[in-house]
Amino acid sequence: MINSNAKTILEVRNLTATVAGVDILKGINLTVRAGEVHAIMGPNGSGKSTFSKVLAGHPAYEVKGGEVLFEGKDLFTLAADERARAGVFLGFQYPVEIPGVSNSAFLRLAYNTVQGGRGKDELDPLEFDDLVREKMKLLEMNPEFLSRSVNDGFSGGEKKRNEILQMALLEPKLSLLDETDSGLDIDALRVVAGGVNKLLTSDNACVLVTHYQRLLNYITPDYVHVMSAGRIIKSGDKSLALELESRGYDWLLDDKKAAKKAAA
Amino acid sequence: MKVTVTHPYVAALLTGSGELPKSPAAWLDARRAAALERANALSVPTTRDEEWRFTDLTPLTKLQVQPVAAAVKVSATDIAAHVVPEAAMRLVFVDGVPAPELAQQGALPAGVTVIALSDAIKSHAALIEPHLAKLAGAEQELFTALNTAFLQHGVFIHLAKNAQLKAPIHLLFVAAGNGVAVYPRCLIVAESGAEACVIEDYVALGDEAYLTNAVTEIAVAPNASLRHIKLQRESQKAFHISNCAVTLAKDARFQSHAVTLGARLSRINLNIDQQGEGVNVEIDGLALIGGRQTADTHTLVDHAKAHGICKQTHKTIVGGAGHAVFNGKVFVREGAQLTDSSQQSRNLLLSDKARVDTKPQLEIYADDVKCAHGAAVGQLDAEHLFYLKSRGLPEAQARNLLTYAFGAEIIDHIPVPSLVDALEKLVMARTEASL
Repeated sequence: MINSNAKTILEVRNLTATVAGVDILKGINLTVRAGEVHAIMGPNGSGKSTFSKVLAGHPAYEVKGGEVLFEGKDLFTLAADERARAGVFLGFQYPVEIPGVSNSAFLRLAYNTVQGGRGKDELDPLEFDDLVREKMKLLEMNPEFLSRSVNDGFSGGEKKRNEILQMALLEPKLSLLDETDSGLDIDALRVVAGGVNKLLTSDNACVLVTHYQRLLNYITPDYVHVMSAGRIIKSGDKSLALELESRGYDWLLDDKKAAKKAAA
Repeated sequence: MKVTVTHPYVAALLTGSGELPKSPAAWLDARRAAALERANALSVPTTRDEEWRFTDLTPLTKLQVQPVAAAVKVSATDIAAHVVPEAAMRLVFVDGVPAPELAQQGALPAGVTVIALSDAIKSHAALIEPHLAKLAGAEQELFTALNTAFLQHGVFIHLAKNAQLKAPIHLLFVAAGNGVAVYPRCLIVAESGAEACVIEDYVALGDEAYLTNAVTEIAVAPNASLRHIKLQRESQKAFHISNCAVTLAKDARFQSHAVTLGARLSRINLNIDQQGEGVNVEIDGLALIGGRQTADTHTLVDHAKAHGICKQTHKTIVGGAGHAVFNGKVFVREGAQLTDSSQQSRNLLLSDKARVDTKPQLEIYADDVKCAHGAAVGQLDAEHLFYLKSRGLPEAQARNLLTYAFGAEIIDHIPVPSLVDALEKLVMARTEASL
């Protein structure tokens, strides 16, 4: 929902980043205001997943230039855990499995750490159990997932539900959802997208990184951006996603090449 | 004429061995004498011995230890933290000497006998004689020879045919004295169809320097099942050397859980001898050490007969300048067809100075078998760490949780909830203190 008076949550200016010495992001500019949903699309290798990981503070990526303001503050002065407590959430494309740590203990630890970081009350195990079971209903999750190890042996769909369950618990200001739709069947997609929709308010914002338009049938974006070779090469509204669905990415890349040629 | 040259440290260890009271059984005296002779002939192993390549016993040879003169007085309050509520009964030894006042006698089902070894030699000689000092070979093993030479105190557990005890038997070995050498001895005999779980638990009340040299012999008859849980929580200055020898008859089942947390230097030898077809073995091991600790585990699974199944997982977590050693031998003898034996050695290094030497050793002489082994040494996974940090957990907390989780896989298999709880707290506390 676009409201041009809404507070700016994320301001990205000319961001460049590398991984293992290779330039991946080559000058990203993006402004995200409260209440907005942005979709970042693009072919494989365009840098869209890297963009979300850089924002979340993944140690493999090195920021080379530009700046990112989160609620007006320099994001890069914060460590990954500090960003999480400040309200940045990354929904992983491939959530890791952690055998030996029960999901309920992990969720409570994450919840209480983030609550504590925001000066709010922590919950004891019984209070937390009530809260998490309530949130699980949102994602039609079986409570048995609480007693299993974190993501251990979960199916692809179960892992993604568990990601959105964490988003529901941590109540981020900015959710970066990296390929949340990948590997989901249509029923799981409907449930996961429905969960995300219920969590979006006029106070928070969401950046969806996705390869496919399919997710955007369920979560309506206010803006669609196309990334290629580390830059956003086109931005538009949700109709751009539909156009990409029918025409693919090649025409945009061809346009870009043609423009480059003309400029030369 | 054969000349026996006694190694000076061995000679020091043997001081007082001749003063043991005569046992009521002549055969036992003969076995002790033979062991004493072997011990005299053997030297303290050095890193030139293949079996001790990675573990240097020099620190032990600098520690002067003597057999216990007078046991330190220990109260029920002192051991309260080590009580296992699930246990059917508890026997307690303080510096190797029975402490009946600390024992808890439970009502055991018919056919289950748990008594002090010194009493058992009088009352159950016929059951003991075929096994004691027979299963654990002392020919080349100095510490087994020493233990047998000093054989006096310990536990005898007998499970008569089809006798079953669901609740664990808790054997608590408490270290209280300084500069002592302790020689615990356990003999467990499970007759056919019997089933039980035994916890062999080594704890320390203080920070004393001493030597525990333990030997456990276990005979599992056809179709019997034994679970053996060994916890080593000795003091950080202690030396702990233990030899456990297991023989398995046809269709026997043996499950071993060994958790090593304590001691300046520890060495576990676990030898499993498959003497009948169709046995089923599970071996879980975890060593969590730091500082300047050394934890060495040597296991040998000898599939001498067909249709044996063995699943082994050994994990180490090493911080500080700790040093973990694992050597896992698996022999599949000629004729031991359809053996299914797997071994995993997984090791987590938490610091630059931490060290692991791991050596799987498979020797297979049969042609229709399934054997797998793998060894991995690594640090905490960067993707796991990032995942936890992205959920708000500070670096240190994320590291502790992952370290704990690595060990929890072994601890969670122990089917005694209070032990799982106690061990998890201990592991968490150790990781939080950065080992």
